Amino acid sequence: MTLHALTKPWEPMSYGFLDASAKREIRRKMIKAIAVPGCQMPYASHEVPMARGWGTGGLQVSLTLVNPSMRVKVIDQGADDSVNAASIRRFIARVAGTPTTMDTLDADLIQSRHRIPEEVLREDQVLVLQVPNPEPLRPVQPNMSIARQMHADADYGRMWLQLYEQIVRSGRVMQGASYPSLVHGRHVMTPSPIPRWDVPKLHMAKHLTILSAGREKRIFAVPPFTRVEPLVFSDVPYKVEDHADLTCHRSGTRGFFMNEIPQDDGTSVFEVSDSAWGVKAIRRRDGEEVALGETWYKNGKMPS
Amino acid sequence: MTLTLDAPRIVTTHPLLQVHHVSKSYGSVNALRDVSAIAYPGEVLGIVGESGSGKSTLLRMMNLEETPDTGSYTLDLPDVEGNLFDLDRFARRMLCATRIGIVYQNPHLGLLMKHSSSGNVAERLLVAGERSFATLRAKATAALEASEFPLDRLDAPPIELSGGMQQRVQLAKAIALEPALLLLDEPTTGLDVSVQALVLDTLKRLQQERRITMVIVSHDLGVIKTLADRVMVMKGGEVVEAGLADQIFQDPQHAYTQQLVHAKL
Repeated sequence: MTLHALTKPWEPMSYGFLDASAKREIRRKMIKAIAVPGCQMPYASHEVPMARGWGTGGLQVSLTLVNPSMRVKVIDQGADDSVNAASIRRFIARVAGTPTTMDTLDADLIQSRHRIPEEVLREDQVLVLQVPNPEPLRPVQPNMSIARQMHADADYGRMWLQLYEQIVRSGRVMQGASYPSLVHGRHVMTPSPIPRWDVPKLHMAKHLTILSAGREKRIFAVPPFTRVEPLVFSDVPYKVEDHADLTCHRSGTRGFFMNEIPQDDGTSVFEVSDSAWGVKAIRRRDGEEVALGETWYKNGKMPS
Repeated sequence: MTLTLDAPRIVTTHPLLQVHHVSKSYGSVNALRDVSAIAYPGEVLGIVGESGSGKSTLLRMMNLEETPDTGSYTLDLPDVEGNLFDLDRFARRMLCATRIGIVYQNPHLGLLMKHSSSGNVAERLLVAGERSFATLRAKATAALEASEFPLDRLDAPPIELSGGMQQRVQLAKAIALEPALLLLDEPTTGLDVSVQALVLDTLKRLQQERRITMVIVSHDLGVIKTLADRVMVMKGGEVVEAGLADQIFQDPQHAYTQQLVHAKL
């Protein structure tokens, strides 16, 4: 037997770009993160050919999870066709040989920045969210060592104080995105900068959500069927964005999260933020056979 | 008709606070040597002594911020048992938040300077688990009102307030949960005399209205004399003299106490 027969043939890079030990480390950290929902697990964030802050955390998780039969969807701010989303999707397909899709229903792995798709995710789907600032306590406690102690003690008084201050100053909770949420009744997490509209989608969801911050080197997770409760005062109800009555000017869908597009005359029109959902709605309207999945929000309301 | 006489209060009540034989050294420095202190419910215990005499260390221990090398600390409260120095950090934090209030000499230690004043008070209630905004607002306002804080500055951050006002915010925060024990660490040091008198007035009134047990630490005999029922004199980490306030001020026994009283008069 020759040495040549025992070794694998030379390849320019390992499968899925990251080397085996890096992927093993991320896998272990993901398992830990799933075991303690909402708790931030430190990991060795590796180099990927992308600048920190552009989704390197999410990309590393995606590269670790992919296999050649997994269909990958990448969303950037709701859109599948933005430069960032297209580049990441193409990169994953190139280094892992995975098929890609834009349809939420077809996807096995969804990497997303700032949005959760409007169609309900299933048990067999994994959502990977890119997180810029994983530490919800950062605005109230700049010292990260003390912040970790506060997490350990479940000492979230200052988190609540922040909401109190916002109501006192502005008459309402001003937190727009990354609304602090209590996971499984224990850890407060920042659900990445998803809008308030998307936070209720995480509550008791069927799918697994993994949140990863590449620059800050933290992974945390929301396992399937886990409570995710936004922090709210008992007499100040949680409010999602006022998008329930807006109609998309291109697809005509109504009751979903919208992007506002300012017009020359000072008015603005709205366009559904989940671009794949908008495209499917247009194709359905034009008479094509398109499967539209069940949506989280029905008539602009989240069924409780 | 039979006449019944009540036994004197001091005999029927148990001490609320008992610190026994506490010693603490930092390296070769003995901060406290075999110090014991007792305070009865509704009483004001004054601790007086020069800088470095260990009085602030003792107060920090009463607030469970520090653990001594030896000694025990008990509070006679319904669901508080055993030596408090043996509690884990979670139990300590809950006990401090709900049962003990503290006012520091330096408001930066006790307050979040850039949050609103009412928010500073509300934080205490939030830590204790209050989750209704209306209740928080009402309770915070009530506590600030009780400490005679001007209510038109309710949402001003402490950094914009005067020293006397900052102390009032600290006091409101300390009494918001109606603690059994109120610790005051040089509460009026650094304030000018007229403001000092007003803050002392407030403290005196609160003490009379609510019968809170207080421990007040000061190097200023005037402050101690105004408030305290009983006085402990400390020097070099030891208690040199203890007794009723009148006794200490009228008839000081220890040389250091005599010096102190004479220096004041």
